[in-house]
Amino acid sequence: MYDATTLNRGSEMSQAGRPAAVHLRHPETTPGPLLEAVLSLDDVAVSYHGVPAIENVHLDFGFREITALIGPSGCGKSTVLRCLNRMNDLVPGAEVTGAVRYHGQDVHDPRVDVIELRRRIGMVFQKPNPFPKSIYDNVAFGPRLKGRQSGLDDIVEEALTRAALWDEVKDKLKASAFALSGGQQQRLCIARCIAVSPDVILMDEPCSSLDPIATSRIEDLMQDLKREYSIVIVTHNMQQAARVSDRTAFFTAEALPNGGRIGRLVEYDVTAKIFSNPGERRTEDYITGRFG
Amino acid sequence: MSASLADAPVAEPNAIPPAPRARALKGLAFRSLLFLCLAFGLLALATLLYEIVSSGLPRLNADLFQRFPSANPRRAGARSAILGTVWVVGFTALFTIPIGVATAIYLEEYADERRWYNRALAVNIQNLAAVPSIIYGILALGFLVRGIGLGPSVLAGSLALTLLVLPVVILASREALRAVPNSIRQGALALGATQWQTVSRQVLPAAFPGVVTGTILALSRAIGEAAPLLLVSGITFITFDPKGLGSAFTVLPLQIYNWVTRPQDEFRVLAAAAIIVLVGLLLVMNSVAIVLRNRHQKRW
Repeated sequence: MYDATTLNRGSEMSQAGRPAAVHLRHPETTPGPLLEAVLSLDDVAVSYHGVPAIENVHLDFGFREITALIGPSGCGKSTVLRCLNRMNDLVPGAEVTGAVRYHGQDVHDPRVDVIELRRRIGMVFQKPNPFPKSIYDNVAFGPRLKGRQSGLDDIVEEALTRAALWDEVKDKLKASAFALSGGQQQRLCIARCIAVSPDVILMDEPCSSLDPIATSRIEDLMQDLKREYSIVIVTHNMQQAARVSDRTAFFTAEALPNGGRIGRLVEYDVTAKIFSNPGERRTEDYITGRFG
Repeated sequence: MSASLADAPVAEPNAIPPAPRARALKGLAFRSLLFLCLAFGLLALATLLYEIVSSGLPRLNADLFQRFPSANPRRAGARSAILGTVWVVGFTALFTIPIGVATAIYLEEYADERRWYNRALAVNIQNLAAVPSIIYGILALGFLVRGIGLGPSVLAGSLALTLLVLPVVILASREALRAVPNSIRQGALALGATQWQTVSRQVLPAAFPGVVTGTILALSRAIGEAAPLLLVSGITFITFDPKGLGSAFTVLPLQIYNWVTRPQDEFRVLAAAAIIVLVGLLLVMNSVAIVLRNRHQKRW
């Protein structure tokens, strides 16, 4: 089935005179229907200082899947991501309505501890943001927050190993995190995130400041991480979405009558389908480079 | 026609002509003007230092540090003034650092800038930093010395200086906190840190060098202040060491002021020697600030 769609897409692409540059790397993981949602958005809208940014978003994120959020700038994909671990709470003037559910529980329920929520749902940012401390202390920061003092060495080693960074840094754990390259710093941030044993990892354009080699390492890493974590990735890079994700949600920014713009979810489907046979004209226009 | 063409200098159509002389002269003139301005400041400082060191050096000896003030200039020393300065500035630091840093943390990390009262607070702290020091002296005299009856004590003196330098420390600490990139805060919060954990474990340590540098520079301003302490202490003839917070005291600027106003030349020499001590203290404090700043220079 996968091969058929690939071939099919390939012929479509060449007919349209566009390069068939999209390679789906992991055909065996192409998912069927979404059975278990780790996170779900139900009629979610976000506004900043009363100006709506996204509205009417319904979206289920699969358990131990990689979900990519794509779309042109200003379409609200990062806003959606920041709803999931309530990072929007930190943005002055941000207001989130609708239900954001984590394993069925509304994260805005007053009985939900936002600190615990953020431990379960880790986040990796666009620009690597290591703390101005040693590599070791960066990874140990999360466990120490919970008062953990013993066994830190093992946690640090395991997190760095899973983030495919251990071999490069094992001899300089006490060195400053700033001494690492950009790609290593980003993997350190992933290790830091893993060290608190999250359930979900949110990635906000994690490779946008990295070179292609570092990008490819992070993408490989995501495939490994998928076995234990559910991942949501925002990306500008459509090839990346096609390469790494199981499902893709395409957002777009629509003009409002008052001159503003609002982000809307256009289409959400299995990645292979989005990139080969999208159901919406706008999705096709975007992924083939006609706009955005 | 052909001869004149041959005589002409290089007539390459794309040749770049030499720079006009006038432009080079203008550049030189401007550069010299800038250097003259620098030289003016340096010269003033050098003259001052030379004047003081050459006249004060003979009295810069152990007696200056060991003896108390005396009506006889040959037996007089600045012991009580030096110790008084150390005590007063020490307690000022003790009061200023926690209050100043805590205020800065509140304003920078907790206060909602959209609330008018938080903006009003911030603006007023900036205004306070510009209030002349004699005003703080009058406040301290009226409220601390007389109002709540602290008397002309070390406590009243250091509280007066605390009021004076607190706005500067708050502003410097706010700058240092603001220089910590938001990505650090977000990184910590996204790992499930509380706001207090984020501030205490990431933001404050990262801002520490800036906070310390700003505080030391503010305190080095306090060390040279005479005006507020003149009103608080009032007396300069102190022939005993400060014994505690309730003790009467004098400080170096007051002692220097007192000696300079005496008719005998020997007191002027004594004043110059005390100035060397004061300037030395300032240099040490500023050097510590610079070393700390350089050692902890961070790149984000």
